Amino acid sequence: MPSPDRMPDTEPSGWLDRRFPVTGFLRREYVAFPMPRNLNTLWSFGAFLIVTMTFMIASGLFLAINYTPDITQAFASVETIDRQIPSGWFIRSLHMGGVTMLFACLYIHLGRGLWYGSYKAPRELLWLTGLGLMLMIMVTAFAGYVLPWGQMSYWGATVVLNAVHAIPLIGHPLSELLLGGETLGNIALHRLFVLHFTMAFAILGVIALHVAALHVVKSNNPTGIDPTSPAQTLPFHPYYTSRDGFALCLFLMVYAGLVFFLPGLLTLADNYIQANPLITPRDIRPEWYFAPFYAILRAAPSRLGGLILATGSLAVLFALPWLDRSSIRPATRRPLVRLSLPLAFASFILLGVAGMHPPTEAWLIVSRVAMAWWFIHFLLVMPLASEREIPS
Amino acid sequence: MTRWTRPLLLAASLTALPAAASTPAQRGLMVFQQVCAACHGMEHVDYGDMSALGLSPDDIRKWAADQELPDGVDDNGDPKTRHATPSDPMLSPYPNAAVGRLANHGLLPPDLSRLALTLPGGADEIRRILLSYAPPPPGVKLDEGRYYNTALKWKHIGMPPPLQDGMLTYPDGTRATSAQMASDVSAFLNWVAHPHQTERRRIGLYVLVYLALMAFLTFLLQRRVWTSRR
Repeated sequence: MPSPDRMPDTEPSGWLDRRFPVTGFLRREYVAFPMPRNLNTLWSFGAFLIVTMTFMIASGLFLAINYTPDITQAFASVETIDRQIPSGWFIRSLHMGGVTMLFACLYIHLGRGLWYGSYKAPRELLWLTGLGLMLMIMVTAFAGYVLPWGQMSYWGATVVLNAVHAIPLIGHPLSELLLGGETLGNIALHRLFVLHFTMAFAILGVIALHVAALHVVKSNNPTGIDPTSPAQTLPFHPYYTSRDGFALCLFLMVYAGLVFFLPGLLTLADNYIQANPLITPRDIRPEWYFAPFYAILRAAPSRLGGLILATGSLAVLFALPWLDRSSIRPATRRPLVRLSLPLAFASFILLGVAGMHPPTEAWLIVSRVAMAWWFIHFLLVMPLASEREIPS
Repeated sequence: MTRWTRPLLLAASLTALPAAASTPAQRGLMVFQQVCAACHGMEHVDYGDMSALGLSPDDIRKWAADQELPDGVDDNGDPKTRHATPSDPMLSPYPNAAVGRLANHGLLPPDLSRLALTLPGGADEIRRILLSYAPPPPGVKLDEGRYYNTALKWKHIGMPPPLQDGMLTYPDGTRATSAQMASDVSAFLNWVAHPHQTERRRIGLYVLVYLALMAFLTFLLQRRVWTSRR
């Protein structure tokens, strides 16, 4: 019987395999790879992310070919892509819709990890590489949003720049060093373009690390108890390839719906006005995926405080494997976490809604309460629950 | 063969008709050419883009050739101009913003490329502004170059009332009333701001049908695979 690692030499792939074991690798990691039998749909979002990332890189290359990173021409070059380049409007919508799909999947993927305790031993590195990916995608998305050089590009970037300026002592020199000047100009735009382009491929590299880590520690599952015998697993192919294939079709239908029928949801109309440093838009709104962090920036009474809290809201995720010492993974079996974590999810969504509204008194209160719960959940409830909770 | 060619020829001649302005956006283009273009440009739109609206290549070439574009300087350093071609942008008639302001009491007529997208209220708002001119009520004194207009928050606008009944003749016989022209030109500006909307929805429908079919097939596949599980 052939081992799953090696094809028999009589097969054409046997020849290749003895020299470069690629077919054996694929067979081991993507065909015979043992998966838990009980995964639900939430486990398909990782596949969605990889597919969306592929769309982003493919469409991004075509956009980069036609884009001019110069403050006098950037806006016009994007208009040319949208109007005159054949199918340019489609490629650009695919890219703009891709960002929304990427972040939506990312937050769901992350939420699933939180709910089912996928960050716990032995999956800490899987968790950390995933969070690293999220940060990289955030930086890339920010840089990408500046490129069309519309009003929201410019003023959104200015908000971030002001946040960086709030860092004591090094804030101003740091931003000047990074952006090549006091304000956003040609050098900054060119650097952000290079950053955006380069990061895309760096992300691919870290995805490889993330997937490699997954293939070492294997998938978690809704019970949180790792399968112990081969009878408790199913091979990746055909079981999960067919299921992911179906889920992927549904996912692509949502993506297509957004690109073809609701393109207005993907962007703010103000970004079709060329950047003008002399005219501040009436309300500067971030894209929805940055809205929770923008709400935190605004919720703090000082700029430095806002920056620390926004950074901290992500930092607690990095620390989570060490804040939560309980050996029980899924929230479903932890009475305290089962209550507290959905509230933290709700807080994140509320922060997002607040971030997209003008900062009235009411929205500031909502932001502050939601932000407080986010930190209480991770810094108080999780460590306490690890000690006090009686699992159900 | 003649049995087929005749109806085909007839159909072909019918599709050529839109050149004689028959949809609101096509009539709106006429209004833009004859009225708006006197002060406004669309710097991101090329003359050639109008072919998507049914304007023939010859008409586009003729129209573009009527426009003068700045073309650097000659050997003496004097500014030169040239005739536009279909691949040139529909620039503002003013050579620069300062001249535009000087000619309009300090206000620059805005670029119309994306106005129907960026103006809150979109094309409907453009139509409303065009139809909301009125004589100022007694007691209201407006500065020179400001016109009373109820659509705006401050009740005045820098654009003189651009439309008058019968100021142009539509080749398709539609009566060119102010209301008609306002509707037409806002339809045109809406198309300019969302140039691929029709195509986008058409392709989107195909994509969705294809994906739905694939979803159905992969669903069957998945069910078959999972029910045969050991």
